[in-house]
Amino acid sequence: MSKAEIKSPLPGMFYRRPSPESAPFKNDGDTVSAADVIGIVEVMKSFHEVTAGVDGNAIRFLVDDADAVMAGQALAEVEA
Amino acid sequence: MTIHSVLVANRGEIAVRIIRAAKALGLRTVQVHSQADAGSLAVKLADEAIDIGPAAAKKSYLNIEAVLAAAKAAKVDAIHPGYGFLSENADFAEAVAAAGMKFVGPNAAAIRLLGDKVAARQVAARAGVPTVPGSDGRVCDLAEAAAIVSRIGFPVMIKAAAGGGGRGIRIAHGLEEFERHFPQASAEAAAAFGDGGLYIEKVIEKARHIEVQILGDGTNFVHCYERECSLQRRRQKVWEEAPAAGLPAEVRKRLCDSAVALARSVGYSGAGTVEYLYDDASRDFYFIEVNTRIQVEHPVTEMITGLDLVQEMLRIAGGQPLSVSQDDIAIAGHAIECRINAEDPHRGFMPGPGTVDTLAVPEGEGIRFDTMLFAGYAVPPFYDSLLGKLIVHGADRAACLAKLRTALAGLGISGIPTTVPLHQALAADADVAAGRFHTRFLENWLETKFAAPPSGTREVA
Repeated sequence: MSKAEIKSPLPGMFYRRPSPESAPFKNDGDTVSAADVIGIVEVMKSFHEVTAGVDGNAIRFLVDDADAVMAGQALAEVEA
Repeated sequence: MTIHSVLVANRGEIAVRIIRAAKALGLRTVQVHSQADAGSLAVKLADEAIDIGPAAAKKSYLNIEAVLAAAKAAKVDAIHPGYGFLSENADFAEAVAAAGMKFVGPNAAAIRLLGDKVAARQVAARAGVPTVPGSDGRVCDLAEAAAIVSRIGFPVMIKAAAGGGGRGIRIAHGLEEFERHFPQASAEAAAAFGDGGLYIEKVIEKARHIEVQILGDGTNFVHCYERECSLQRRRQKVWEEAPAAGLPAEVRKRLCDSAVALARSVGYSGAGTVEYLYDDASRDFYFIEVNTRIQVEHPVTEMITGLDLVQEMLRIAGGQPLSVSQDDIAIAGHAIECRINAEDPHRGFMPGPGTVDTLAVPEGEGIRFDTMLFAGYAVPPFYDSLLGKLIVHGADRAACLAKLRTALAGLGISGIPTTVPLHQALAADADVAAGRFHTRFLENWLETKFAAPPSGTREVA
């Protein structure tokens, strides 16, 4: 079992929920498919979905909701 | 003047613009900034800079307590809010006044009144300003709504009274569609805004967006003529001009006089803008809304009138009467502003923050570049993508366009993507040169004449 990192494609603010009132896209421990959305990066007032890009088990987030992130920074890891 | 110092509660190019205007008037300047903006040009230029919090605007530029605490600590006399952020926040204006400082803009009551779309429409109608045909206020039930649409005709827009920023809008092209949308829209508005109230407006197709710059000191009111902002993408203005091309003199007079009448009817104080839709075919114009602040596109008005609108705002806040009367304000030549954003127009306008390697700015008579850029500046990803505005003034529109093409060729920003190529294409376009455009023109033009390959990631909002 190897670990895979899900990286941010863009710099900006990372959100784990579609809106402040919604449930998170994924919780720690969830299973993910490559096409699953795991969060949104807000860059300069535009919002971009981040997909897992890999099938995996037990996702673990490495950044908090509304944290500033850099392009290429690991957002979460999964057991791939 | 009763003020000697001003705090700038904003960032980016407008913060730089305000600092320069304040310094020209001999005022001490204090710049508040988020931690992400510690290295900004505004911070370097101001007499004093105060850190008010983390990068997220909610925790810094939108944090009323933090801004007020900085203003009190720095002992300023006034706060200029720029545009966006707290500029149209009536609670903030009220808090500034309560703390014994001047808010550079109209009072809280005027901001509140004109910020409510239904109330502003009623104010405009009372001042004799034509409004878009529609309901007089909120529409309560479907029967009442159906009677209104049969009078005004389709297509119509159903808007949530409590909505904003394009949210809560539906368009119906016929009665069947209308009867289906109306209850849904009400339910959605109730869920989204806690208020199911709706109002109705006729859709004005192929309209131009024309707006009038006004100034008031509470007693005297003037207009500084109009701007045209029809070139928009996703309701965001991209390119602005003053005056509006080909506007008949008699329409211009009615339009500008109506804006002054509205300003007078509320005893307006400060700089403001009355926005209209204009129908070329019928020569009718309709009120849309009032912006109770300085706007991004104010420099085109400055270029054709010779006024400094930001200095004028500061003087009014300092208790001085307007420095000009209507007879002093005339249109000289033509001006165009291009918004230069950190976006790649060839990749779906994907934003590209990053570090500016080199910067070359065109210079010459009638050329102005309002910006916060400098070589080596790292554009942060947390705020809007506006890098600067290239403004060009010429004897007439053709001369202005020719000068704009040269100026755009001389504007060199390397290291990050910019919308300069978009403006170069627009400045070379025959329809743009002929002034043949309306508010839907640019989206269609981008698809048909400015092929943009789809980008790698999917934009969701």
